[in-house]
Amino acid sequence: MPEDFTRHERFGSNSGQPMTRRDGIAKVTGTATFAADNTRQGLVHAVYVPATIARGHVTALDTEAATHHPGVLGVMTPANRPDLPGDLDAKPTRFSMRIEVLQDDKVRYAGQPIALVMAETLEAATEGARLVRATYEAETPRTRLDDAETFEVETPDFGMPGETVHGDPEAGHAAAAFSIDATYTTAPQYHNAMESHAVVAEWEGDRLVLDTPSQALAMSCEAYAHLFGIPAENVTLRSPYLGGGFGSKAIPTGPLVLAVLAARDLGRPVKLALTRKQMFGPVGHRGQTRQRIRLGADAEGHLTVIDHEALAATSSFETFLESAANASQGLYAANALRSRHKGVRLDIGTPGPMRAPGEASGSAVLECAMDELAEIVDLDPLEFRLRNYAETEPGTGRPYSSKALRDCYDQGAAAFGWADRPRESGTMRDAEGHLVGWGMGTALFAAPMFAAEARATLHADGTATFETSAADMGQGAWTALAQIAADSLGLPMDRVEFRSGHSALPSGGVAGGSAHTATAGGALHAAGGDVLRQLGELAAQQPDSPLFGAGNAQFEARKGRLHIAGEIDRSDALSDILSRAGRVELVGSGNAARGQEVTEQYAMNSHGAVFAEVRIDPDLCQMRVTRLVGAFAAGRIINPRLAESQLLGGMIWGLSFALHEEARHDARTGRIVNADLAEYHVPVNADVQGLEVITVHEDDQHVNALGIKGVGEIAITGTVGAIGNAIRHATGKRIRHFPIRLQDLL
Amino acid sequence: MKNFEFLQPLSAADAVAAWTPDAAYLGGGTNLVDLMKTGAMGPDRVIDITRLPDLDRIETTEDGGLRIGALVRNSDLARDPDLLRAAPMVAEALLAGASGQLRNAATVGGNLMQHTRCPYFMDADAACNRRVPGSGCDARGGAWENSAILGQSAACIATNPSDFCVPLAALGALVDVEGPSGGRTVALEAFHKLPGDTPEAETALEPGELVVALRLPAEAASFAGHSRYLKVRERTSYAFALVSAAAALRMDGGRITEGRLALGSVAARPWRIAEADALLAGAMPDDALFARVAERLLEGAEPSNDTGWKIDLARRTVIRALQMAAAGTPDRLPPLPASPFGPSEVAVHA
Ligand SMILES: Cc1cc2nc3c(=O)[nH]c(=O)nc-3n(C[C@H](O)[C@H](O)[C@H](O)COP(=O)(O)OP(=O)(O)OC[C@H]3O[C@@H](n4cnc5c(N)ncnc54)[C@H](O)[C@@H]3O)c2cc1C
Ligand code: SF4
Repeated sequence: MPEDFTRHERFGSNSGQPMTRRDGIAKVTGTATFAADNTRQGLVHAVYVPATIARGHVTALDTEAATHHPGVLGVMTPANRPDLPGDLDAKPTRFSMRIEVLQDDKVRYAGQPIALVMAETLEAATEGARLVRATYEAETPRTRLDDAETFEVETPDFGMPGETVHGDPEAGHAAAAFSIDATYTTAPQYHNAMESHAVVAEWEGDRLVLDTPSQALAMSCEAYAHLFGIPAENVTLRSPYLGGGFGSKAIPTGPLVLAVLAARDLGRPVKLALTRKQMFGPVGHRGQTRQRIRLGADAEGHLTVIDHEALAATSSFETFLESAANASQGLYAANALRSRHKGVRLDIGTPGPMRAPGEASGSAVLECAMDELAEIVDLDPLEFRLRNYAETEPGTGRPYSSKALRDCYDQGAAAFGWADRPRESGTMRDAEGHLVGWGMGTALFAAPMFAAEARATLHADGTATFETSAADMGQGAWTALAQIAADSLGLPMDRVEFRSGHSALPSGGVAGGSAHTATAGGALHAAGGDVLRQLGELAAQQPDSPLFGAGNAQFEARKGRLHIAGEIDRSDALSDILSRAGRVELVGSGNAARGQEVTEQYAMNSHGAVFAEVRIDPDLCQMRVTRLVGAFAAGRIINPRLAESQLLGGMIWGLSFALHEEARHDARTGRIVNADLAEYHVPVNADVQGLEVITVHEDDQHVNALGIKGVGEIAITGTVGAIGNAIRHATGKRIRHFPIRLQDLL
Repeated sequence: MKNFEFLQPLSAADAVAAWTPDAAYLGGGTNLVDLMKTGAMGPDRVIDITRLPDLDRIETTEDGGLRIGALVRNSDLARDPDLLRAAPMVAEALLAGASGQLRNAATVGGNLMQHTRCPYFMDADAACNRRVPGSGCDARGGAWENSAILGQSAACIATNPSDFCVPLAALGALVDVEGPSGGRTVALEAFHKLPGDTPEAETALEPGELVVALRLPAEAASFAGHSRYLKVRERTSYAFALVSAAAALRMDGGRITEGRLALGSVAARPWRIAEADALLAGAMPDDALFARVAERLLEGAEPSNDTGWKIDLARRTVIRALQMAAAGTPDRLPPLPASPFGPSEVAVHA
């Protein structure tokens, strides 16, 4: 573990402030450049042809009409596709997955690219793609969980969850005085970031320049480099802004790789942007699940076992499984815990990480199941959860690095008015006669870290530049990371330039796993620390400096001055130290990653409690979530405004999961029939009201030097179950699938 | 997108003259352009009618009715004081449709003419008798859960998705059209056709005919005090109806003198049954009556695909819409027009 990471220090005046997004004006005035906004001299437009069957072969591709369409430059098919040097089965990066790049005539899912049309204009390319005629030999597609055999993961890995057992589940079942055994299903969901996946690709000899949204710039460069057989440093990737990623923009996807290939082949820059409909297929999704959960409790309502088994859908050619059952680990104090996973291979695009992957689907089921059992034990749902509060991590017995979940329960319940909840279902009405129901759920999300690097440069005028290739997906990285950076040198924000979103910068790691602020922020903090250390060394040797002779002291900076830690009177201006040393700048570097030891020693999570109120028309059964109160403890909050907006967004996502999102496949063709935002529903403004976020104070001495956990994903967990439970409370009906729809209540 | 010729005629006569069997009139484009993008429609000639003169007006006719030009935008009409006075439930229906942005673009004529939202109609790669006569109907047995329960045929189970048309049908609106062989008027009730064997014939318009205006007869205003549109849907706004109902009552001293009902999203046209209306005339409003009316209105309803629940929902919707109409039209448009949700804030214990 880097040395700078052992202490909390130099935490100044920027962190903790609810600063507005630094890129806000650029975004609302349209001057922020997203990938597809870029253009180039001589730009070629590419549009791919999606397969209209989900399983089988393309037996013939008639490209005649397309080729002759005015403006069309060419049609790339498996027959003439230029060589792609990289091994498509290799996994050059941790998150790499097999992609569809016209390697053969096989169709593995509807929407898979089967040809690429390149043209002088987008219109010509679009029409060219429409004119390509494919003949297929189609087989019956498998799109439902029962359509194929299940399999078990042999070697668990990223996206391949296996089985985790603590204690003796059979004994837990046997010891149960009360138990439930319930099966729930969750629907396939698609990320649908507002900004579709897009690339503008240009080759300069064997150097590749890409404008493309990326949640993991360095990793993306490696993956492109592997595919195209060039060194990673030959890839320049610019991703200053993302219009959302949600896990789907970390690795290259087939359509984008084809555009890069076209650019190499044509010797011209190529742009490709997916249409909304194309977003339902080759760029990942949250796979559908069927989860069986069995809980047991003793006579006092103490859990004896949580036994959670998830069947998750994946594609026929790759393995990524929603690790849903793992949501039952680490939260409630049960004597025995078992999480098991099975997969089923369907003719669908490969699922991938989607905001709270596994946790969202698994928590939905766990939290509903907890309420099912609370009812049988006859305890208030909150009381039941408190009775099973885990003081140390269940199963492992490890201490939590910090856990203010009790405060979350208390503060959330108080703000919501939970104490007034009648135990009976179907007893609350509002003034209009609508059924009212209250439900709750616990939120849990791991607080991991990836690895990141950063550079800090102090200039002679006392300003500084910080650099790391972090990704601002809209969550506000440009702002929160700059706050951390400025604090590391004790500078106000306007004295600091923050550069990011470019692969030439030190790697900012992955914007994922709710770990970006902790990781990239940690690296920036360390880089600033490195500058201070060097400054201290310089000053200690400068007879004119008040810090002369300070030797091995610890230094910290405030308001542009370097202090000996704890000695507020002995300081020197940063710029004076530099000028005395005759330096125009001083460069420090830092990195961040979590050490093995602390990782093994502590369980590290963000926690929260979500309380939901639903109103339901008793006859028409239309539903509305009228209040959502979430209280979350997520370590140090760098920017309360941004953190709150992440948590609000997460709760809205949970609402979307609970009541709206579902991609519907036609079982005969395998095509998704609602692949557009008119019919693939997410909540609209009128569905979102009465939202309240409480951030609960939490100091964490272990999670990392800055005490930062994550807020990006946790709020989905807890919320889905809370809404399912509120619907049960309002109507007396327990619906065991998501989304819950009006007709389920009729 | 397929290449097409784009014309912008300046008179209705020129527009009609420019029409060919492969042409399409373009209003706000919110439906047509989407269908052109999916490839479900591919006209060779697009005739932009938004420059035709005088069709963007709302006028009071001599007999006291309203004449609404085909190019009036949905948002403008929804906020028109004369419409709000004469037919508040039409405003409610308009505001319950689509989104603010779409309503700003959508025209009256385009709304009347909008196509079904059957996903297989919109998917150029699916078989669809309505889009390509005789090609089959992939919606049957497919993954569409909002198909018809009334008036469907072996050839087509599509519904008409318009909110606007539902109260219009109840209020006896008329549609003025201009065509190659002159002008004529079609009752809105007869405007949309049930599919039968020819689902491709979506409306009563003859080839090349252009909607120029919509007329609301003066007597529509006599229902203004007791008329509501109710729309049940999967989210609070910006979703097509699962089922909707327009209920208009004329009341005299607590008794209904005349009633008009129409159901939306259940058939290829707003669904009206004269016998159901007749049950209301002269009756005292009560739930038993409303249930009988609903039964009559839904007589013969049958699920297509898995839509049995829609029959039940439609019955409940009719009853509620009648209850709301009997209670009287609110003085102001509700904050959530046509929604079962009102403004109430506080939960109480029953
Ligand atoms: C996402 C989305 C959600 C929606 N939600 C709803 C909803 O909840 N409720 C609802 O009722 N509607 C809804 N709509 C549909 C919307 O109301 C229609 O798209 C709109 O009314 C069509 O009007 P327009 O002027 O844009 O028609 P256009 O798209 O221009 O035309 C539609 C059709 O009518 C023809 N046409 C247009 N004008 C004339 C004319 N004067 N004479 C003859 N033919 C003509 C065109 O050739 C075309 O075939 C929604 C639409 C979208 C895209
Ligand atoms: S229901 Fe009608 S519109 Fe839909 S596919 Fe069948 S024929 Fe076409």
